[in-house]
Amino acid sequence: MALRSGLSLLRYISLRTSSRVLSTHINPEINQNGEKTAEFPGAKAPYVTEMKFLNENSYESIPIYRVLDNNGDVILANEEPTLDKETLLNMYKSMVQLNQMDKILYESQRQGRISFYMTNYGEEGMHVGSAAALSPQDLIFAQYREVGVLLYRGMTITELINQCYGNHEDPGKGRHMPVHYGSKQLNVVTISSPLATQMPQAVGAAYAFKRTPDNDRCVICYFGEGAASEGDAFAAFNFAATLDCPVILFCRNNGYAISTPSSEQYRGDGIAARGPSMGLHTIRVDGTDALAVYNAVARARELAVKNKPVLIEAMSYRVGHHSTSDDSTAYRSLEEIQKWTSDENPVQKLRLYLERKGLWNEESEKSLIKESRDFVVRTMQDAEKKKKPHWKEMFEDVYYDMPLKLQKQMHEMEDHLRKYEEHYPMENYEKE
Amino acid sequence: MALKSPPVLFGLLARISRRTFSTSNALASKPVTVRDALNQAIDEEMERDDKVFVLGEEVAQYDGAYKVTRGLWKKYGDRRVIDTPITEIGFAGIAVGAAFAGLKPICEFMTFNFSMQAIDHIINSAAKTFYMSAGGVPVPIVFRGPNGAAAGVAAQHSQCFGAWYSHCPGLKVIMPYSSEDAKGLLKAAIRDPDPVVFLEDEILYGLQFPMSDEALSSDFVLPIGKAKIEREGSHITLVCAGKATDTALQAANELAGKGIECEVINLRTIRPLDFDTIARSIAKTHHLITVEQGWPQSGIGAEICARVMESSAFFELDAPVWRVTGADVPMPYARSLETLALPRPPDVVAAATSVLANKIANEAAI
Repeated sequence: MALRSGLSLLRYISLRTSSRVLSTHINPEINQNGEKTAEFPGAKAPYVTEMKFLNENSYESIPIYRVLDNNGDVILANEEPTLDKETLLNMYKSMVQLNQMDKILYESQRQGRISFYMTNYGEEGMHVGSAAALSPQDLIFAQYREVGVLLYRGMTITELINQCYGNHEDPGKGRHMPVHYGSKQLNVVTISSPLATQMPQAVGAAYAFKRTPDNDRCVICYFGEGAASEGDAFAAFNFAATLDCPVILFCRNNGYAISTPSSEQYRGDGIAARGPSMGLHTIRVDGTDALAVYNAVARARELAVKNKPVLIEAMSYRVGHHSTSDDSTAYRSLEEIQKWTSDENPVQKLRLYLERKGLWNEESEKSLIKESRDFVVRTMQDAEKKKKPHWKEMFEDVYYDMPLKLQKQMHEMEDHLRKYEEHYPMENYEKE
Repeated sequence: MALKSPPVLFGLLARISRRTFSTSNALASKPVTVRDALNQAIDEEMERDDKVFVLGEEVAQYDGAYKVTRGLWKKYGDRRVIDTPITEIGFAGIAVGAAFAGLKPICEFMTFNFSMQAIDHIINSAAKTFYMSAGGVPVPIVFRGPNGAAAGVAAQHSQCFGAWYSHCPGLKVIMPYSSEDAKGLLKAAIRDPDPVVFLEDEILYGLQFPMSDEALSSDFVLPIGKAKIEREGSHITLVCAGKATDTALQAANELAGKGIECEVINLRTIRPLDFDTIARSIAKTHHLITVEQGWPQSGIGAEICARVMESSAFFELDAPVWRVTGADVPMPYARSLETLALPRPPDVVAAATSVLANKIANEAAI
């Protein structure tokens, strides 16, 4: 309930802002249509006789909602979410595990053990904050940098590492490039490489939910502020609104699309400003504050399941390089990165909060880091030794039923391998 | 969704009584346009399975730009016939996402030319998700709409995408010719668990073809991946699909007058390709021509030629294969040029004459 009153405060502020903005454009004395507004099919708006163009300064910036300050203190007591100890610790542990996994898998790519990797540093707060506010039945469409969401949802470090190594225990049968996770059981749609394709698809899935009688599920779709420049993003916003879909469109605005800073990515008041203009309930939130993200997504979920689509813009900073194919020091200063790894570090903020609540201390921190690190190293070593999936998997699942031509190719390969087995590394592949 | 207005009810009753009437007349066949056959297919499958729904531009109240979805919105309502904002990338994505979540969307492109704006969703998502999800997430979806040349609409409205889509594993690609094809194959496509690209032809929409009672019944489904021999013959095989079947059949008629009997194979499905039927026919006629509206390079004919080369069918040939295709240029707007840029029956006749005389002139080969 604390949450609701906080939001109504926000609503009040935004109402005041909009009425102020409005008042600069309507002059009652020159309103030529009396009290009535124009009734064009495309716009119901007041008439004015003063010509005035709007620009990005015509509106105040959408404010950034936060719960914690940089010291982990709750700023406004009634905004503190009522989360039990177990949930809070799960959230924090997911962040730490994610950091350790990122560190080691990043290095493993540098050493040539896997072909590709992407780290999540700086965005952990958005991951666990949003994941904790969702129901396990809600469907997740991720972009690629949301591993904390998957960890919190229940995907294990072992499954994630097996995916990166493409071994026979990879739930994805070793088919996708590293970090393209997916799990039907955990309601995580397999990650798609082309940017923003997941956005209209998420809305489509939400439409399917909406058609289900007594639907209580929603879809959450993560995307970056760079991906929001794709036509897909506009289409997703538009369809979410026009079809009234149970969907939360969650923008991780981390300041960079590979090397392109957000200042070159868009003009105007960011991604959030597009929400109200397209008929979406919208909020901008501090993405480095896991509790603020939690509150925003929890409330967004309530709206979404009532078929009121929501846009959330979570502000953060991509502390790591874009991917293993990138060195970000070529386009940004170390000082800039430093600021976001110290003061505005989402992991630290939640840790300080937990410490103030007496749920965490230096000792538990040390042992969790060691435990996580050891587990990741061990799992990685195991993953590396595991065999690749059976070669026949290459032909499976292209179609629901394997077409004749593919069957023929598979049998030819089978005959060939039987004959020339010694020339192939068959020992690295699973047998039937 | 309940029926919305009395006229629809009358329309429905009329349709039912029409059907009842034709059933009582067992041997008769009834002329039906391709448009109506497609409409029947969608209607029957929507009736059969609540998960089936249609979305696209103008498909609801306007009945579809080419009226293929006529009456469906009135019958099934907003929930199942959705007019979308104008964004192919958007509604194709919506359709793919809805299929992920268990529905069976029929995604109409006003023409397949505009599907280029949505091709990412078709190639990267629809075609690959079943594979990439390790067989966990099937994508039962039909992308349909008119494909190929219409008339007088020039370069950006007159292209065949048969070769484009059939290039991609994970997709099934169907190109119907007659009303029977249209109905039986569209129903099969809707029921199929894989994503299907269903390439119709605007010129054919208004043409009537006789449909048997069997084809008119709601149980009528044709198998995907099986060609149909439209006309038997022993001298030369003409392989074609969609509108090109019409061209090939006209040519076959003309050639019959000269004593040349063509075997005309309507492929019906481009992927998976029914090569066995082609090979059997080559073993009988020993001569082969492919006819298609698309461009020659990497086209459907090119694929068939390659398959012949790679198989024992090659040894059955008495002459090289000849492709009759669309001209290798964007479609001209001028009517006389447009006519010449598409394969015409005389082109097929000339090709057949040359192939049978084993006179493949250098200057004539494209």
